[in-house]
Amino acid sequence: MRYLSDVAALTRKDLLLELRAKETIPAMLLFVLSALTIFHFAIPRGSSDVAALGLLWVAIVFTSLLGLTRAFVPEREQGLMDALVLAPCDRSTIWLGKTIAVIAFLGIAEVVALPAFTLFFSGLTLKTVAAVALADIGIAAVGTLTGAMAVAGRARELIQPLLFLPLSIPVIVGGIGASATAGPKFLLFLALYDTVFVLLSWAAFDFVAAEA
Amino acid sequence: MFAIAIVSVFFWAPSDADQGLSQRIFYFHVPIALTGYACFGWGAWKALRHLWKDDPNADLESYVAIHQGVIFGSLTLITGSIWAKISWGVWWVWSDDQLVLFLVLFLFYCAYFMLRYSVDPGPQRANLSAVYALFGVVLIPVSFLAIRLSHSFIHPVVFTRSGAQMTGTMLTTFCICLAAMLVLFVTLYQLELAGKRLDTRIRELKELLT
Repeated sequence: MRYLSDVAALTRKDLLLELRAKETIPAMLLFVLSALTIFHFAIPRGSSDVAALGLLWVAIVFTSLLGLTRAFVPEREQGLMDALVLAPCDRSTIWLGKTIAVIAFLGIAEVVALPAFTLFFSGLTLKTVAAVALADIGIAAVGTLTGAMAVAGRARELIQPLLFLPLSIPVIVGGIGASATAGPKFLLFLALYDTVFVLLSWAAFDFVAAEA
Repeated sequence: MFAIAIVSVFFWAPSDADQGLSQRIFYFHVPIALTGYACFGWGAWKALRHLWKDDPNADLESYVAIHQGVIFGSLTLITGSIWAKISWGVWWVWSDDQLVLFLVLFLFYCAYFMLRYSVDPGPQRANLSAVYALFGVVLIPVSFLAIRLSHSFIHPVVFTRSGAQMTGTMLTTFCICLAAMLVLFVTLYQLELAGKRLDTRIRELKELLT
């Protein structure tokens, strides 16, 4: 119970910060819309809908990257990480709180991105939406952990995409598979990815967040 | 050991009926790839030892194993590419699962080095590297599953459930080559480890002197 209220407090902190600063979400929204516009010109007329769906997944991953890169910036700038680590709560609550906040940001970005995609390109099946929701969990879990790793180093934001993109390849495969093929095989795969990496990140965060 | 392997590859093993001489690269390509996996596995095991038991040597050992793994991984990509050119006529095929998997792993472990060199040496660097190395071994089966789901299968599946589909001499040659590669890995691993330890020791002595 303590654990859950700690997580809730940390998530609330992140959402409040965003509500006041209004930095990440507008950037993500604008980015995803610009990306979709660029993709309209990038794919030639007469390309299949599957190609457009592939680009939707590219847009989602890069938009999430934009949000994830910012995820630990407030902590770093204000030196908050030390305080959080010293706080009398389990360290994995920091990760869980941040992950939930990132999922919320991603969700908001996609509430705009998915209708925009149907408007610009083609309709979406319910399965694609389910795949996006499943992918969000995996992306946020893994991305928050690599984000915490990236801010520990000198290269900071520069290194986050390098750490995150190879890990996101299975998500892309699962997402495009779920959009383009029939049957629940790829949704199950995404669920498997989520389970494995959520557990791993949750267990590993203790070692990542150390006093600077 | 390596000499025996080379001799048996070129003079003892029968040529493949279908692919002829070029098939002989198989005896290098596959053992190199398997040794690469062994390196990553060993690196992750040492990473786990570091996080779990706080073994003071494990961090360096994990790093050295992964460094060797990346070298074997690059060799796999090169030999695989040569083999693909000869037998399929192209340098690169996306439909080949193993090759794509090695590319993903190569990118992943290059990021490992970026991470390691962007953090100052110390316990934090050891922890971050170890966590990332552990992510790597989890990524191997997950990406393999992903890639297999996403593509048709071109690679000749040699090891099936009913056992290896090779003649006796071919299997023996293959095992000799695999053993030779593993011995090569262990030797290089020990060498690099000894070098790194010597380096640390010299630094310590230097600091004592000044």
